[in-house]
Amino acid sequence: MVASLVGFLGDFDLAEEAAQEAFAVAAERWPGDGVPANPGAWLTVTARNRAIDRLRRERRLAEKAQLLEVPETTVDEFTDDFTIEDERLELIFTCCHPALALEAQVALTLRALGGLSTAEIARAFLVSEETMKRRLSRAKAKIKHAGIPFAVPAAHLLPDRLGAVLAVVYLIFNEGYSGRGELAAEAIRLGRLVAELLPDEPEAHGLVALMLLHDARRAARFAGGELVRLEEQDTSLWNGTQIAVGRRSLDRAIALRGRGPYVLQAAIASLQTEQPIDWPQVAALYEQLSKLTRSPVVELNRAVAVAESGSPERALAIVDAIALPDYQYLHSTRAELLRRLGRREEAAAAYRRALDLAHSPRERRFLERRIAEI
Amino acid sequence: MQYALLIYRRPDDFDGLSEDEQQAISAEYYRLRDDPHVIGGGALQPTTTATTLRRGDAQMLVSDGPYADTKEVFGGWYIVEAADLDTALDVAGRVPVLRLGGAVEVRPLMEGPH
Repeated sequence: MVASLVGFLGDFDLAEEAAQEAFAVAAERWPGDGVPANPGAWLTVTARNRAIDRLRRERRLAEKAQLLEVPETTVDEFTDDFTIEDERLELIFTCCHPALALEAQVALTLRALGGLSTAEIARAFLVSEETMKRRLSRAKAKIKHAGIPFAVPAAHLLPDRLGAVLAVVYLIFNEGYSGRGELAAEAIRLGRLVAELLPDEPEAHGLVALMLLHDARRAARFAGGELVRLEEQDTSLWNGTQIAVGRRSLDRAIALRGRGPYVLQAAIASLQTEQPIDWPQVAALYEQLSKLTRSPVVELNRAVAVAESGSPERALAIVDAIALPDYQYLHSTRAELLRRLGRREEAAAAYRRALDLAHSPRERRFLERRIAEI
Repeated sequence: MQYALLIYRRPDDFDGLSEDEQQAISAEYYRLRDDPHVIGGGALQPTTTATTLRRGDAQMLVSDGPYADTKEVFGGWYIVEAADLDTALDVAGRVPVLRLGGAVEVRPLMEGPH
């Protein structure tokens, strides 16, 4: 509803206020008059009319002249087949416009398209409600004054802009994945919305698949507060239905000839839910992903897959070529490889280096246990 | 809406370019003025020609050089008429300075009183 109002009014604040007023009117009238046949349409039309009244009162006619030429819809005019134009896609692209700071993109997307209040978003990102309010109002002011369009980007911009949208959704998911579950659910919902609105974009389906497949293993990731590694997870805690749904999204992405980073990551996540895991295939997918992203973290994961395929020496060579001296997981991976190669002294030193860099108590406990085992 | 495209260039960005290359780049700046979105613009002499004024306690302070000593310096501008920021960014993306290690800042103009 807010999406359709923003599209119509071209103004975030006005749209939100109008929506709130419409709900207030409904709360007053519906108990006496009865709920209208199409409550959503009733609310949208009421909100539009309220907003027009307000603009008239404010007499900012010069600026908003074209808006006032729109004939006012009366509440009696619409019936059950009254449809409100779906403008959520436009709204997503506005919220994730690269001219906005990333943290503002995330907050706006959650506020405008997610079901979270400003207070809830503030809590999820560990800032005060006041800070989040300021962040949102600064972003809304920039949209208005800088002329950030309320539109699906032109074809030549679409790949980049869609990338920005998917990055915001994935960032929200990862905030949720590391503990705050409601954000992960919200991210999956947003991802599905994008995939539904842009059904021919393989990366959108790829991201949905990736999130569903990771989220399906949520319950097995920790046991008694300890991080559980993939190969030690209790697979009976995995959500099989969600894995199946995730695989369907992945199939769709592959059928659309998707070979982008989200599709590749989803394919890896899918292989990792199979027993036994086809590690050579996982390593091959990581190699493709590494070529696309040039990310040292991906290289590290490739090394793990190569080791699991039975070549710890080759894996160690990959790890030793990665320049990430302060990355905890590089040292813990190195330690694990050295341990498997029987180089205990070096393994213990690498585990200690990882422990120096580890922050989370869970991970520290895990590394201490490893050192004790050697 | 109207936007200013503020061009920040490295003072030495023409160094090492041949006469022909320099002329080709200047011609590109001029050609951009023919874009239907571009309604104005201007280029500045180097910052070595700049004089900066400040108001002191008792008198005006006049000093040699630009307002701020920065790696990139303000070198010129275009004024663009565009429906939205994306259109303005499209024009900004064609400013040659971007290939020469510089940057373009896009800022909406304040609307005048009606």
